[in-house]
Amino acid sequence: MTLPSINYLALAPFLVMSGTALVLLIATSLTPTRIPRRVASTVAVSAAGASLLLTVIQGWQIARHGAQLTAAHSVVMDGFSALATASISSSLIFALLIAHDWEGRERFVGAEYQMLALLATSGAVLMTEANDLAVVFLGLEILSIALYVIIAFNRRRVKSQESSLKYFLLGGFAAAVFMYGAALVYGATGSTNLSTISYFLSANVLVHPALLWAGGGLMMLAFAFKTQAVPFHFWSPDVYEGAPTPVTGFHASIVWGGAFAAAIRVMISGLGTQSDTWRPIIWGLIVLSTVVGALFAITQVNAKRLLAYSSVTHSGFIWLGVWAASPRGVADSLFYILTYAPTVLGSFAIVALVGGVGDSDHYLKKYRGLARRNPWIGGSLALLLLSQLGVPLTVGFDGKFAVLSASLDAGNVTASVVAMLAAAVAAFAYLRWVGSLFAEGDPDVAPLVVPWASRVVIASSVIVVLVFGIWPAPLTHLAQHATLFFQP
Amino acid sequence: MHSSWWIGALLLLPLVGALLVSLSRRDSVNARRAALAISGAEFLLAVVTALLYNGHVAQASTWDFAAKWVVSAPLGLSYNVALDGISVALVLLSTFVALVAMAADRTARREPAYLVWQLLSLEFTVGAFVAHDLLLFFIFFELVLVPSYFMVSGWGGSGARRAAMKFFLYTFAGSAPALVAVIYLGVLHQHEAGGALTFDYSALSSTVMTTSQAVGIFLGLALAFAVKAPLWPLHSWSPATYGEAPVAAGAQLAATLSKLGTYGLLRFALPLAPLAVKEVTPVLLVLAVIAILYGSLVAAVAQDLRRLLVFSSVAQMGFITLGVMSGSQLALTGAVVLMVVHGVATVGLFVLIGALERRRGSARLDDVRGLQGSLPVLGGFVTVVAFTTIGVPGLGGFVGEFLILLGAFGVHPAYAAIATLGTVGAAVYWLWAYQRAFHGPASDTSGDLVDATTTERLLLWPVVVLVVALGVLPAPLLSRVSPSVQQIVAHVTPSGVSR
Repeated sequence: MTLPSINYLALAPFLVMSGTALVLLIATSLTPTRIPRRVASTVAVSAAGASLLLTVIQGWQIARHGAQLTAAHSVVMDGFSALATASISSSLIFALLIAHDWEGRERFVGAEYQMLALLATSGAVLMTEANDLAVVFLGLEILSIALYVIIAFNRRRVKSQESSLKYFLLGGFAAAVFMYGAALVYGATGSTNLSTISYFLSANVLVHPALLWAGGGLMMLAFAFKTQAVPFHFWSPDVYEGAPTPVTGFHASIVWGGAFAAAIRVMISGLGTQSDTWRPIIWGLIVLSTVVGALFAITQVNAKRLLAYSSVTHSGFIWLGVWAASPRGVADSLFYILTYAPTVLGSFAIVALVGGVGDSDHYLKKYRGLARRNPWIGGSLALLLLSQLGVPLTVGFDGKFAVLSASLDAGNVTASVVAMLAAAVAAFAYLRWVGSLFAEGDPDVAPLVVPWASRVVIASSVIVVLVFGIWPAPLTHLAQHATLFFQP
Repeated sequence: MHSSWWIGALLLLPLVGALLVSLSRRDSVNARRAALAISGAEFLLAVVTALLYNGHVAQASTWDFAAKWVVSAPLGLSYNVALDGISVALVLLSTFVALVAMAADRTARREPAYLVWQLLSLEFTVGAFVAHDLLLFFIFFELVLVPSYFMVSGWGGSGARRAAMKFFLYTFAGSAPALVAVIYLGVLHQHEAGGALTFDYSALSSTVMTTSQAVGIFLGLALAFAVKAPLWPLHSWSPATYGEAPVAAGAQLAATLSKLGTYGLLRFALPLAPLAVKEVTPVLLVLAVIAILYGSLVAAVAQDLRRLLVFSSVAQMGFITLGVMSGSQLALTGAVVLMVVHGVATVGLFVLIGALERRRGSARLDDVRGLQGSLPVLGGFVTVVAFTTIGVPGLGGFVGEFLILLGAFGVHPAYAAIATLGTVGAAVYWLWAYQRAFHGPASDTSGDLVDATTTERLLLWPVVVLVVALGVLPAPLLSRVSPSVQQIVAHVTPSGVSR
């Protein structure tokens, strides 16, 4: 038996993250005292930064030598994986900085949080470059298991554990369903490798496609679960509310990066020839997610639950680009993920600050007058919310515009109109929040003290939202050239 | 062609102003000076641009000062600006309104922030009027919502936050299908012409499409424009918003932002989907006529000058829509004239409302009763503004309404005949309101009733002069507007406007 050759550059971001996680794990068990928060954060942020740098090298390699398959064709390094990994790595830096301040407030010490965050993220990274259903599953499980633990990380809050259990039960179910779907697809096509599946499906006509359809449908269910698409979103408000706020930010940035990347690869690279079959399902996901997300968002009184439903709506928008099943759609979905991640992480940085010690009171009434007490923080939150609302000159508008143009390009008029109308409904939720920021607040409430790490996150997200909102060219250019290795 | 830097300067100046004012936000006095100076400079710049504007330089097009720079090719986003006779007139109007409104409205509450929003509102309005690109226009069209929202909710009356929210949601929901229509048209053009996605006005206006596609695009765009104008029956945000808005915000909203709606209809909806014109004209004409009658009737029973202004605007917007949709060159020219005149008159009326509210606490007709004796000058200004809305010859409103009715009568005599009742209606509601408000015994003479101050006179005289000038000597405006209107009519007509 010969071992397959491995291009370590392709796996490097994954290896750096999971390796650092292991080092931190061993160090935690071997050192007699707990590792200081500053050391743990520095190590983890460096690992995320290294992974970001590695994606630059990857991009340079891909530009010179083209995309590459490695590890027995089960892993692919292409422009798409490199950009998605870059997005995930930078999201991790943001998330770690938010967590650094949160741990300081909650007086947590040790490197466990950083270790779990790195491990979860390495799973998401693996999902972006999976060219095999088994590798997708591997990434999904690495991501999910670490995430179950980290959601329950706040031992002093019952809600944290409750939400972890909810996510674990449903997530475990979703993973099992994915596995079953993958097995059915293997049964129908004779392979778990996405390229092989695609070649098989383009060369053969299945007489009994039911097996393939069932398999594809079940896999899509798992992706819909991870991306919070309706009707698989039920966990998200509870988990968003219960999870420690820095972890909440993970979902719509890191988890989505991995899940949407894998979904795009499986549905378009692998099952792209079957798009007529799966498009109606995604159409349903789009319409339901945008509408249900918007309708529930406007009734929320809790900031984290509101952002959960807001994410549900945004998930519907990203699926618009997947529906298109075109290079343009892939690029535009990726652009959306790339720009939505910092927006949502910046929002959660502020939510974590406002939540304060205990991290349990996230009611919207706490935000009343925030912009009067802390003009910069209040103004930043207003901007981030207006971006999610889709006001022009913010990345939120550019993202919506991009996926809508891909979707309309492919002829999907009805879902586009429905999604935009839903966005108009969701506008109420954001606007009510923005309005309360500028209202007269309680004069007894002291202004927030903003630690430096949160400052960095908020400032960077605001810069991303404004600069790329006005001048999206660099990101659209990157996304456009981040093509999939294979697309039928 | 002229240097494109003129438009660049028009767009840069308010931004620089907003930056300056936000930097000096701890110093209210200097912030106000800077903001006024910038607004004044912007107005002068607009005047110079209007004088320099030459609609005959480029063959077969009346666009001048054009500039184009692609920002993001995959998104089809570009900085693409140009001016024609119509936009020159409306840019001039926006800068005038912004200057007068800013000078008229003083507030003790966080004034620098208020000034920043006013400057941004001016910026986005001018941006929308100079955009030579459907997407760029849409972006500015949407962006004006943000300063308006913050101005109304932050500095308005007691119910302002609800009103601002209603306004934002109403208009945002109206624009949601418009964005889809914009992209749909762009993608359609890309499929036909190949190449990169573009929203260039000239390129898009040659897109070939079926009638049903045209109707879809037209309705998508027209919905957004009808909400913004506002056109009956989509006007229901305006009573609350105009009622609660602070003077400067209300003046900008009612005088210029509302014109974005009718301008969009004239500039974009008609020429970009000409095939739809035949199908939708009857609907819009009926709505316009209803707006004229309904607006006049409700205005007649209004108990408050602000409410009167809201419904008088609904009626006037009905006239403008009638002019735009009638398809006759005369009526379209009249519609542009009326847009300008209504804008000037509205900012004047808002200044007057502000003046009365400062003196009496409100602009309710009961509260200002009998003030003709103690405030003869302010009363006189109200008369002039009222007369131009009524359409008294010699004032600007007459030119606009006369051209609209004359043009529309040649094409759609029935609609024009009914709409003529609107001019009678205007006379009824204004004269009746004036009689109830300023004549008769004073309801309450307490308080220090000083007649128009120097500032108020300085602001209101230009309004009167403009209204009279537009009525007596409309030629400078008509000579700029008419060729551009002719181009639109020539582009739209072969596709099916009945003559």
